[in-house]
Amino acid sequence: MKKIVDFVVKENKLLTDNMFLLTLQSNELPTILPGQFVNVKIEDSPTTFLRRPISVYDVDETNGLLYLLIKIAGAGTLRLSKLKQGEKLNIILPLGNSFFIPSNGHCLLIGGGVGIAPMFHLAKKMTSLGLNPTLLIGTRSKKEIVQQEILSQYAELYYTTEDGSYGEKGYPTQHSILQQKFDYVYSCGPEVMMKAIANYAYKNDISCEVSLENMMACGIGACLCCVTETQQGHKCVCTEGPVFNIKDLKWQN
Amino acid sequence: MAELKIELNGLKLKNPVLTASGTFGYGREFSDFINLADLGGFIVKGTTLKPREGNPYPRMAETPSGMLNAVGLQNKGVDYFINHIYPEIKDLETNVLVNVSGATIGDYIATAEKINELDKIPGIELNISCPNVKEGGMAFGTRCSSVAEVVKAVRHVYKKHLMVKLSPNVTDIQEIALTAESEGADSVSLINTLMGMAIDIRKRSPILSTTTGGLSGACVKPIALRMVWQVAKVVKIPIIGLGGIMNASDAIEFLLAGASAIQIGTANFIDPTVTIKVINGINEYLDQNGFKSIKDIIGLV
Repeated sequence: MKKIVDFVVKENKLLTDNMFLLTLQSNELPTILPGQFVNVKIEDSPTTFLRRPISVYDVDETNGLLYLLIKIAGAGTLRLSKLKQGEKLNIILPLGNSFFIPSNGHCLLIGGGVGIAPMFHLAKKMTSLGLNPTLLIGTRSKKEIVQQEILSQYAELYYTTEDGSYGEKGYPTQHSILQQKFDYVYSCGPEVMMKAIANYAYKNDISCEVSLENMMACGIGACLCCVTETQQGHKCVCTEGPVFNIKDLKWQN
Repeated sequence: MAELKIELNGLKLKNPVLTASGTFGYGREFSDFINLADLGGFIVKGTTLKPREGNPYPRMAETPSGMLNAVGLQNKGVDYFINHIYPEIKDLETNVLVNVSGATIGDYIATAEKINELDKIPGIELNISCPNVKEGGMAFGTRCSSVAEVVKAVRHVYKKHLMVKLSPNVTDIQEIALTAESEGADSVSLINTLMGMAIDIRKRSPILSTTTGGLSGACVKPIALRMVWQVAKVVKIPIIGLGGIMNASDAIEFLLAGASAIQIGTANFIDPTVTIKVINGINEYLDQNGFKSIKDIIGLV
């Protein structure tokens, strides 16, 4: 069941010049599955009218903690980056569907930029279920690499950077780890990256899920603004996604 | 506790708060947040004779204190509504109205006839004001002659409450409203969205796939209010006011301007419980100002 909850900001940590990690607390934190997102109300930002849909990075159900890893992309997220400890944040959650988690198999998770957020939530869940996921992260350069130590506790970790300053130089689809055989691929990041990964999955006949980030107004399936084209026509990313199996999308050329 | 009941030309509402078509899905999307039976009613998504996929993505652009949409009447068609959605919502203890749209007069007639057969649907809202479809929609709502033609045709086949939703994209809203009234509308709702546009200066292209779209949200309220006030001066049928209502205070402004009921639209996206807050807020206002009934404030300005 979806809820509207007032969270309290516990910590707001700037990780790079445009990425920050928000730690929020509430005793009403519901169960959130990997892939689901939350819709955050933005106060005191005159040009921000709608809520902002944000992927879930991590949850600590015991302590009622919700972690959001956010990139500053405009006025709304800029306002969130300035939240201070003790401030309240009104959030609708949990929203959307979730990733398929197999009972066994070799899983490759690929996150581009801030797209690592749902990949980490998924990796942590997979590890708790006894799977050993591989997490491949693509960034522009070394200075965008965040949370490396904690990520490495839940996945075998690999990097690509576009400038070659860390890991292998290039894009995630060019990484040598892709030579290995995987049974499942998951991805979140820029659409161009996800399409390249989808292409790799199609070619190698691997089951692949991607998390889409279409612009949303309501987040609950009422406005029909965030649709993506699928084999069954337009579907709402907010309720029938954000996770889609690539075989349902019209991405194959 | 003031009296919130209001009757709109035979359509009985337990309170004056309805939700606007296209912003409330089929009600079910909001049932985790509110008790739908607490509403005066809700108006389901624009329904057409045949299924429509709507316009390509992107269909939405956030704008200062509002948003543009170009959904383009995506819906699965009236038969799907009758067979799959109606059975699920028909027993809700509130008024469920269907917003009816079409590309031709024949479409409007055929859809209205089918909805007329549904016992638990007490009325339709005739959408002659959608700015996001190539054919029909707003094309019918911006000229008196075509307003007359479509309202008359639907009135002939539709026997229950006929609400006609007006477009603000006209020079003289009064003459359009008078035309709808004289052809047999039981009420008029206004305003639908205003045609607008947004450009991505980085890509140097329109944000919406359709270039233009319909503007809604807090930014349109002064225009909507002015139009409701103007129409209230000339028509005798009830007016349902909408456009940018974000809270009880906004809703009360519309009632004072002459609306007998209001619809909440875009505000549902930001606060899915806003309708209940508005109902409570109207009640408090009436109590605090010594009014016994909602009827006592309609058209005071």
